[in-house]
Amino acid sequence: MNTEKLIEALASDRETEMPPNRMLLAALLAGFVGAGLLFFSLLGPRGNFLDSLSSWRFVMKFVVSLTLALSAAILIARAMRPDARRLDTLLALAPLLLLGMVTAEVTNVPEAVWMPRLIGHNATACMVFIPLFSLAPLAALLLALRRSAPMAPVWAGALAGLAAAGLGAAFYAAHCPDDSPLFVAVWYTLAVTIVTGLGAVAGKRLLAW
Amino acid sequence: MTPPNTSEAEWAALMRAGLMGDEAAYRKLLEQLAPALRGLARRRLAGTADIEDVVQEVLLAIHLKRHTWRTDQPFKPWLNAIARHKMIDVMRRRGRRGEVPIEGLEDVLPDDTVPAETSQGELFRLVARLDGKQLDVVRGVSLDGDSIAETAAKLGMSEGAVRVTLHRGLRRLASLYRGDAA
Repeated sequence: MNTEKLIEALASDRETEMPPNRMLLAALLAGFVGAGLLFFSLLGPRGNFLDSLSSWRFVMKFVVSLTLALSAAILIARAMRPDARRLDTLLALAPLLLLGMVTAEVTNVPEAVWMPRLIGHNATACMVFIPLFSLAPLAALLLALRRSAPMAPVWAGALAGLAAAGLGAAFYAAHCPDDSPLFVAVWYTLAVTIVTGLGAVAGKRLLAW
Repeated sequence: MTPPNTSEAEWAALMRAGLMGDEAAYRKLLEQLAPALRGLARRRLAGTADIEDVVQEVLLAIHLKRHTWRTDQPFKPWLNAIARHKMIDVMRRRGRRGEVPIEGLEDVLPDDTVPAETSQGELFRLVARLDGKQLDVVRGVSLDGDSIAETAAKLGMSEGAVRVTLHRGLRRLASLYRGDAA
């Protein structure tokens, strides 16, 4: 089949996809709604949610999770376009924030409570629910990436995992009884790592083009 | 032959028009890109792959990913990125190390030679693997040179259905190139 014939077929095809930015917003919205539905049907916010809003430890759980989600989402917007520059240093924001939180915690509470706070009440639930709430956003983001042109499939998949885990963690944080930055730094990070790995593996399989 | 820098503005304008639905502009763009890509492929992949197969695979990728070009950005960096990505992919599949070629389209002369009729080319084989309606529609629009309306009439489908089927068929072709079975 010669190239002119192919060009005929390509020129006749006027179906196009949504621009990447709009596709990304749609994916984030769908993922947010999916994770939210799962969260409210399985757990719901903890009883003292409103009172807790005056605690910096509680609030910072959302700040750091959403910082992760947002910075990864910005990088996804770039990863969707083959000619966009990378801006990977943005990913340092959430870890730096977390480091600051941990520093504040260890300078404010006696050493004797570090370990109990790090172990927390329910690390297992954290490791189960954060990945679970990340699944809908991860699927939506991978789908959006698949419909765009990521140059590095594994990296793009990992970014989807990071953004999804940030959203999943933000939902779980509303239920989770453990607010210490020490707990967050260990268990949330571990859960985020699992989802990121999952995203990378899925990316390798799904995002090649 | 087009001097190196005039094509940027012209190609960007044609692509913008194409994205707005101007079929003639888009066809003209693809017709200009083919020899440029042929020159690039000859330079990078000589001896490893059938050049025309590569040109066709890159054109298909450009087509399917065209919505990822932002119309306020220069066109050639986007084009080069797509071409490089696909050519590295081809080299990898042919079992050669994909050393990242540094030159872009602006560095090589377009190759205007009319390629030999590659009836046995990769694309021909892959089109044959499309199923049912996709095969009929892609064949009708490409090999038979029918319009969407003519294809719709011949196959007893609505024009909308022909358009959707054509698009799905082209996406399926891209995945067949990569060797995806499903």
